Amino acid sequence: MKTGNSKTKLNIALSGQPNCGKSTMFNALTGSTARVGNYPGITVDRMEGVYSYGNYEIKITDLPGTYSLSSYSLEEVVARDVIINEKPDVVVCMLDATAIERSLYLTVQLMELGVPVVVGMNMMDSARKNGVHIDSLKLAELLNVPIVECVARRGIGKEELMQKVVDVYEQGGRDVCKPLHISYGNELEEVIESMAREINGVEFMTERYPARWIALKYLEEDSAVVGYGKEIGGIHEKLCSRVQEYKQHVQKALDSYPEAIIADQRYGFINALIKDVVMRKTSLNYDISDKVDKVLTQRFLGPIIMFGILYLMFYVTFNVGAIPQGWVEDLFGWFGDLAVRFIPEGLFQSLIVSGVIDGVGAVMGFAPLIMIMFAMLVFLEDLGYMARVAYMFDRILRFFGLHGASVMPFILSGGIPGGCAVPGVMTARTLRSRNERLATIFTAPYFVCGAKITAFLVLCAAFFPDNGDTVMLLITLASWVGALLVSLLLRKTVIKGESTPFIMELPPYRLPTFYGVTVHTLERVWQYVKKAGTVIFSISVLLWVLMTFPQLPEDVNAGFDKKLEAVSSEYAGDELDLQINNIESDRSEEALRYSVAGRVGTAMESVTHLAGFNWRANIALFAGVAAKEVIVSTLSTAYSLGEADPDAVIEGDDMGFIDRMRNDPSWTMPAVISIFVFMLLYCPCFVTIVVMARESSWGWAIFASVASILGSFLLSVIIYQVGTNLL
Amino acid sequence: MIMNMREMKNNVVGTVTSVSAKGELGRRIRDMGLIPGAEFTIIGRAPLKDPVAIRLKGFTLTLRNREADYVFCNASSIA
Repeated sequence: MKTGNSKTKLNIALSGQPNCGKSTMFNALTGSTARVGNYPGITVDRMEGVYSYGNYEIKITDLPGTYSLSSYSLEEVVARDVIINEKPDVVVCMLDATAIERSLYLTVQLMELGVPVVVGMNMMDSARKNGVHIDSLKLAELLNVPIVECVARRGIGKEELMQKVVDVYEQGGRDVCKPLHISYGNELEEVIESMAREINGVEFMTERYPARWIALKYLEEDSAVVGYGKEIGGIHEKLCSRVQEYKQHVQKALDSYPEAIIADQRYGFINALIKDVVMRKTSLNYDISDKVDKVLTQRFLGPIIMFGILYLMFYVTFNVGAIPQGWVEDLFGWFGDLAVRFIPEGLFQSLIVSGVIDGVGAVMGFAPLIMIMFAMLVFLEDLGYMARVAYMFDRILRFFGLHGASVMPFILSGGIPGGCAVPGVMTARTLRSRNERLATIFTAPYFVCGAKITAFLVLCAAFFPDNGDTVMLLITLASWVGALLVSLLLRKTVIKGESTPFIMELPPYRLPTFYGVTVHTLERVWQYVKKAGTVIFSISVLLWVLMTFPQLPEDVNAGFDKKLEAVSSEYAGDELDLQINNIESDRSEEALRYSVAGRVGTAMESVTHLAGFNWRANIALFAGVAAKEVIVSTLSTAYSLGEADPDAVIEGDDMGFIDRMRNDPSWTMPAVISIFVFMLLYCPCFVTIVVMARESSWGWAIFASVASILGSFLLSVIIYQVGTNLL
Repeated sequence: MIMNMREMKNNVVGTVTSVSAKGELGRRIRDMGLIPGAEFTIIGRAPLKDPVAIRLKGFTLTLRNREADYVFCNASSIA
């Protein structure tokens, strides 16, 4: 394709198995041109970038890493769809030279699909170090594809790779490429050939796939291809019955399955191919990673080291992260001051300061935390450690219908109190299996995040002044019990199904490249800021409206003004300030009660009294959906003390509000326990809901929120009613 | 001696004789190269004895015991 600026545009796809260094090569090739996007409807990242080579502008699409090209996992479907639907001019397949048999399994399948392939033989340095010698020239000759030896992390081989891509394209590319023909053994070969003849005869789906490949996929009972064939009709039924016939035959004769025979033969082809190409000193040698694992996954030491690392991550994120978070908050505070100074007092100022700046500022404050968290997480992931964590914890979590890899999202969300569900939910993407990922996303917000801690600390100070520590510990345990039991419940009901197989590679430990970690992290933070920023902006404005309108009627306001005048003439100095403060507090309580939120809170009392919540608690819980930090400040407003600084409350400077709560007769012990449970489980905050929707779907995020509210309310009602009536 | 992978002790070398799993599980096992004739060593088990980690040609793989049940092997020697 020639374009206006005389550069020829090429589209290529970069494919390869997980951990083969494909992404490293992608980064080396595309550098700053890389952009991350999403495949429509799913949460697999789509990376694209451009590499200029001579007269060519090569657009590179990084496919998800897959071991095979079947249609079992999302990644496999995506990779295959890109290759088939977008028809890239060339597909570059990266190989891991240290695991060459398994790597070639994907290459061979790409070649069977009939796309022009260029192979990048990566990790040649590690292979040599491990005593594996590969004659790649000979392999290229046998396979009849260009092979370039690479060391992606040092950028070695990238130019030659692109040269070969251009060569293949100039020699005719797709037009001259013939699908690889593997012989599947006499009996099966006969079946394949007869099916392929039928397919060719009526041109059944041949505009999309090669005929032999369609036959193979029918034999493998590939759901995507067979489903597509079923829609078309034609010879679909005929092919299916041919497959059934063969299936019964091999079942009887060989006690096997067609797909097993196909896989065996494919590996057989590969083994024959590399017999004279690959020389190994020993076939099953241990390497350094195995030795490191003897310690890092050791029965007792392994979990201890893991908790140490997690705790360290946690500590760094929330302590070091608090510093830039403070800067961001200061910045927004400064914006607020500016707005107060330059915008005349009134509704518009209130909207800008309380609605927009505070709301968006709270969201932006998370950005530094996410950056630090992700940098460490990407580092551990690329290093290969996260696979070990999943390996060690799979047994326990599997019992609750989760996966070993659920540990990380849980811990980050507040499994150790003080986390945050936003990065927690975001890390759930490391879970490759859908059901386990959905259950993890659903329950991650149950843990005690930093914002919930402030609320619990204040309530503990009010109701458990002497044993707050014990109560906090119980709350943490309760969050784990809640999350695990709800996961179990979900996996037995809405997302039931066999647990996804845990067939996972423990990749060798490899030090990640600084560039890769940085790029990955910044992309993530930017996406968060963009998405959450826009949604949160709208929600903040909405909440502000709900808590501001309708305003107090003139006469009520005038009444407060009159009281103010009265005290100004009666008192002076500090005493005057105190009086003014009290009146303004009464006014804000009255205003809040008069607003839509206040009316809803009051109206809700008719239902929430079953769980022991009064209208003040209702408004606080309602506002807490915006951000859990708001629970304390709203409660204190509702208890008419004006602005309450949560820190001051905890440090005991502001005991008035706590005393008032403690002395409120409606807070009986059952009501207190009831609200504790409700606060722990009821609803993720808005930022979390937005992130949940991004990582799963809006449907799931909303279902999770609504189901959690109803479930926790039911639980609270039971606690309150049993506690009040039976004890 | 033919046994399934779950029964194999650490550091034992084995050769796969058959994989009896069908469907997704079967395909995932085979995709990773666990096909008849493949050699491997049991290199360890997670703290709760499940999953199991094995060394294949050039890489390390883990699978749960209940998945290892489908993999039948000829356990030959101690590495």
